[in-house]
Amino acid sequence: MATDTEVLVLGGGSTGCGIARDLAMRGLEVTLVERGNLTDGTTGRMHGLLHSGGRYAVSDQASATECIEENEILREIAGHCVEETGGLFVQRPEDADDYFREKLEGCRDCGIPARVLSGREAREVEPYLADDVKRAIEVPDAAVDPFRLCVANAVDAENHGTRIETHAEVIDLLRDGDDIYGVEVRHDSGPGKRAHGVAGTTEEITADYVVNATGAWAGQIAALADLEIAVRPSKGVMTIMNVRQVDTVINRCRPKGDADIVVPHETTAILGTTDEEVSDPDDYPEEEWEVDEMIDTLSELVPILEEARTIRSFWGVRPLYEPPGTGTQDPTDITRDFFLLDHAERDGVSGLSSIVGGKLTTYRAMAEEISDHVCEKLGVTASCATADEPLPGSENIEALEAGMDDFGLRSPVARRSKQRLGSRAREVLETDAPNPVVCQCEGVTRAEIRDAIADSGSDLNAVRIRTRASMGNCQGGFCCGTMASELHPEYDEATVRSALDELVQERWKGQRHALWGEQLSQAMLNYALHATTMNRDRDPAGEEDASLEYDAFDGGRPAAEPRTDGGKHGRNASRDRGDH
Amino acid sequence: MRVEIGVTTEMAIEDDVLVVGGGLAGAMAALSAADANDDARVRLVTYKQSTLRQASGLIDILGYTPAGEGPLVDPFDALESLPTGHPYERVGSEAVRDALAFFDEIAGDAYAGGHTNANALVPTHGGTVKPTARYPASTAAGLASDDRDALLVGFETLPDFDAPLAAAHLEAAGVPFDARGVTVPFPGIVRDDAKVTRYAHLLDRDETVTTGAGETGAREALATTVRDHLEDESRVGFPAVLGDDDADGVRAELADTLEVDVFEVPMGPPSLPGIRLEELLYGALEDAGVRVTSGVPVVDYETGANGSDEHIDHVVVDRNGTEIPHRADQYVLATGGLVGKGVRSERDRVFEPIFDCHVPHTPDRYDWFVDDVFGDQPYARFGLAPDRELRPVDATDEPEFVNLRAAGAVLGGYDYAAEKSGAGVSIATGYVAGKRAAEVVDR
Ligand SMILES: Cc1cc2nc3c(=O)[nH]c(=O)nc-3n(C[C@H](O)[C@H](O)[C@H](O)COP(=O)(O)OP(=O)(O)OC[C@H]3O[C@@H](n4cnc5c(N)ncnc54)[C@H](O)[C@@H]3O)c2cc1C
Ligand SMILES: Cc1cc2nc3c(=O)[nH]c(=O)nc-3n(C[C@H](O)[C@H](O)[C@H](O)COP(=O)(O)OP(=O)(O)OC[C@H]3O[C@@H](n4cnc5c(N)ncnc54)[C@H](O)[C@@H]3O)c2cc1C
Repeated sequence: MATDTEVLVLGGGSTGCGIARDLAMRGLEVTLVERGNLTDGTTGRMHGLLHSGGRYAVSDQASATECIEENEILREIAGHCVEETGGLFVQRPEDADDYFREKLEGCRDCGIPARVLSGREAREVEPYLADDVKRAIEVPDAAVDPFRLCVANAVDAENHGTRIETHAEVIDLLRDGDDIYGVEVRHDSGPGKRAHGVAGTTEEITADYVVNATGAWAGQIAALADLEIAVRPSKGVMTIMNVRQVDTVINRCRPKGDADIVVPHETTAILGTTDEEVSDPDDYPEEEWEVDEMIDTLSELVPILEEARTIRSFWGVRPLYEPPGTGTQDPTDITRDFFLLDHAERDGVSGLSSIVGGKLTTYRAMAEEISDHVCEKLGVTASCATADEPLPGSENIEALEAGMDDFGLRSPVARRSKQRLGSRAREVLETDAPNPVVCQCEGVTRAEIRDAIADSGSDLNAVRIRTRASMGNCQGGFCCGTMASELHPEYDEATVRSALDELVQERWKGQRHALWGEQLSQAMLNYALHATTMNRDRDPAGEEDASLEYDAFDGGRPAAEPRTDGGKHGRNASRDRGDH
Repeated sequence: MRVEIGVTTEMAIEDDVLVVGGGLAGAMAALSAADANDDARVRLVTYKQSTLRQASGLIDILGYTPAGEGPLVDPFDALESLPTGHPYERVGSEAVRDALAFFDEIAGDAYAGGHTNANALVPTHGGTVKPTARYPASTAAGLASDDRDALLVGFETLPDFDAPLAAAHLEAAGVPFDARGVTVPFPGIVRDDAKVTRYAHLLDRDETVTTGAGETGAREALATTVRDHLEDESRVGFPAVLGDDDADGVRAELADTLEVDVFEVPMGPPSLPGIRLEELLYGALEDAGVRVTSGVPVVDYETGANGSDEHIDHVVVDRNGTEIPHRADQYVLATGGLVGKGVRSERDRVFEPIFDCHVPHTPDRYDWFVDDVFGDQPYARFGLAPDRELRPVDATDEPEFVNLRAAGAVLGGYDYAAEKSGAGVSIATGYVAGKRAAEVVDR
């Protein structure tokens, strides 16, 4: 029987998109389905650290070695997604000297360039480090933008013929005896490219091979075919500050612990994180103590964090896994390595493999290993090219630097746009039409918003992750409406309105965890702007029976009627109506 | 007090009524104090720009009840049944009417809406309509209950107002007229990121601009640009950038040239109608002989003059690091809410920073909000609880100080954003607090 596609990838996170790109570049026909939007899972809710491997240099040297290799590759192939910040492992007086030494040796064993800085030297690099910081190890940690990285993989997969279907939730695995031959998906009316499936309909997609890359949800997918995968989802909080207090990744140099990393990310710094096992990756408590702990503990390293303004917090769940029988108690101790579960070997059911665990930093290596496995299953001999082929946007950064001035944007805007768009900047920004800034906080221009809309349709959250519009200090209070306007007239007014509502609600979700001080004042300002100035909270257009009795309200003062101002004479009576 | 010859910083500045905060509430308090007592020396001390520059310039009284019913045709009807503790309930509905009449007198022709008790529905830059009680003259021809067809004009370089979308939105809101929108270039604007004040000044000064039609004044160039798009509409709406100093002149000239009525759609910050209102109020303060000290914050206070810690002796103003005492008989606190920074918060508390007046709130900050962004938000009601004299009370309902009153957004117990009552509460409570303060001045 002819199948719809050769390989069907489930899950649109970094793992799934990385696999789709790898296989497509090897010439296979690929379809990827994702229940929400790209990056809706853990990929869009992670800390943004491109590990040097330093973190694992003592506890897990295999991971550490893989990290440094991939770190170097991603700087090459995904330059526009990586900011080379460098990183420090910082030792406070109460942190053990032994561990500091082990860390340094571990880095050297794993090939991670590492250099010791005195406390004073470390403070020269990062002036806001605490006065009593003893010393630090400098490593090549970097900041990575998971949204751009994941989208770039998806775009390149599409360029190689892949069908990427978002808002398509897998509701069943098609199983015939001991063979999996596809899935059934339900198309949703949710936001995003509403181009493919029709909302509310279901579709069976058959394939020669199915790859389950649904991360923390992999167990739920496997269960659809009566297979068991004991994923142990573990949540972590990340708290975003309003400015970049540090320009280098700051790690605490001690064995393990919560709240031990600060990552500079675009205009912000992100504090993280915690590690707490949860039972349901879609429903877990987001707790106040976690946010407090980020601020309280990390201000031991960077004291100004105590008083600084946070703009929002968000949580993600790690797709941790360990083979049956390992029985690790503390989730922090579960390996960060990934597992490729071939259900033919494991459960005697062919046609399906699942991937769980891993890190974003090593997504490409994971994808390579899995793609090798799939090719072997399908008898394909093509080899992997992803370590050498730059992702879209990453080619030719130098040529781009040279030509940037022409775009007529103010330099911080141009610089940021360029960073976001990489080598596509010229294509997107070179426009004769006026190109005003839509999002002031992040310096995002109209052309970029429109470019993102062309990609992601009426889903403004997808536009947001592509451009960073609405992700700065005001958290969209000032620009959500303007972003939505750019959908018109391509999309009708009702669609624009609901896309805007969706974005505003999403922005509010994260802000709730930062509601004190400046950010509470900002929230009130945003609320006033939306509810008071615009009456968006009580919009008659949104009401079921839009039967407002306009007649009953003030219609202006007709010029013909006697006036109450003591008969001051009007100007031109015919146009005088109400104009007083 | 220690006196050192030559150290002027320790000389207290003396007044009868001292108003702290120069937003709408503070300006109204100072004006009503000066009005109520000709002999009283009234001073207003204010720090940063007030929220008037962010607000739309509309004067909302009450658009919806606290329970969410509305839009209310008659805001005054509903005033009678507000919950205890609401600022309007504190001052009483009669005082709200008096305050509004006082405002109308000050605003004169600059504001309209006083000819009826009914609320007006004003088109907003987001495209919906909202109920308000007084609106700037520049908005008058735009009311949604007026059934004349309207052309909305937006500008390519001003993304905050998308005229075609706003027109479609108005129709979705069921307005009784046809609305159409067009987007045009603004003659003379060359930068994509020009400030709204740049648009206004181009028109104020009628600067010479070059368009396809050659060199003309900016007003004529704008009218020419719009004329090509005009069909049979008898009114044309623009985003609120039509002049600052000479807004009336700009509007009149556009109207004459286009032979239609011209109106402005209120916009978000920075808001020209808000700036115009601020200019109007500060002009009135000057006329009324109120002394205005601006750009400096009040940072502290001292009690104990009459041997009582319930009586404020003086407040301390920080002038570039020098602390200057300001003494008065009566004080009005009008420092704004969370936005104006008259109410502040930390991770575990909400407080009023100058006098540390009691701000009712739950200690757990996760009880300060609800999950629906437009739900019944507790934080929106944060502020001081006043008695009927508008004196802030402590946790046991006793006045914090005998000679301190509070007005405007620094008061709590109401959600002005949901109710559409922001400017109205500032006017009513500012008026009452200033009047009472002046009446009891001990002189
Ligand atoms: C708090 C935290 C911080 C982290 N920080 C870092 C870091 O700094 N550096 C780093 O390298 N790594 C970090 N990680 C790890 C990294 O984020 C993850 O390993 C990686 O993003 C996992 O990607 P994935 O594609 O496997 O999973 P996901 O991104 O979760 O993708 C799985 C996708 O499957 C979809 N899906 C689920 N069910 C269905 C269904 N029924 N039908 C269709 N689709 C479905 C989901 O919507 C989701 O999009 C962090 C993780 C966490 C939790
Ligand atoms: C975006 C927005 C839109 C709005 N739209 C409308 C609308 O359409 N219609 C409507 O009716 N209402 C609207 N409002 C509400 C209305 O503007 C406010 O409720 C009202 O202006 C509050 O006035 P206020 O004088 O109490 O406070 P503010 O305007 O905040 O003024 C307080 C002043 O006190 C000063 N101050 C603070 N601390 C000190 C100190 N220590 N020493 C000295 N000075 C100090 C501040 O710098 C400021 O100048 C809007 C509000 C916002 C924020």
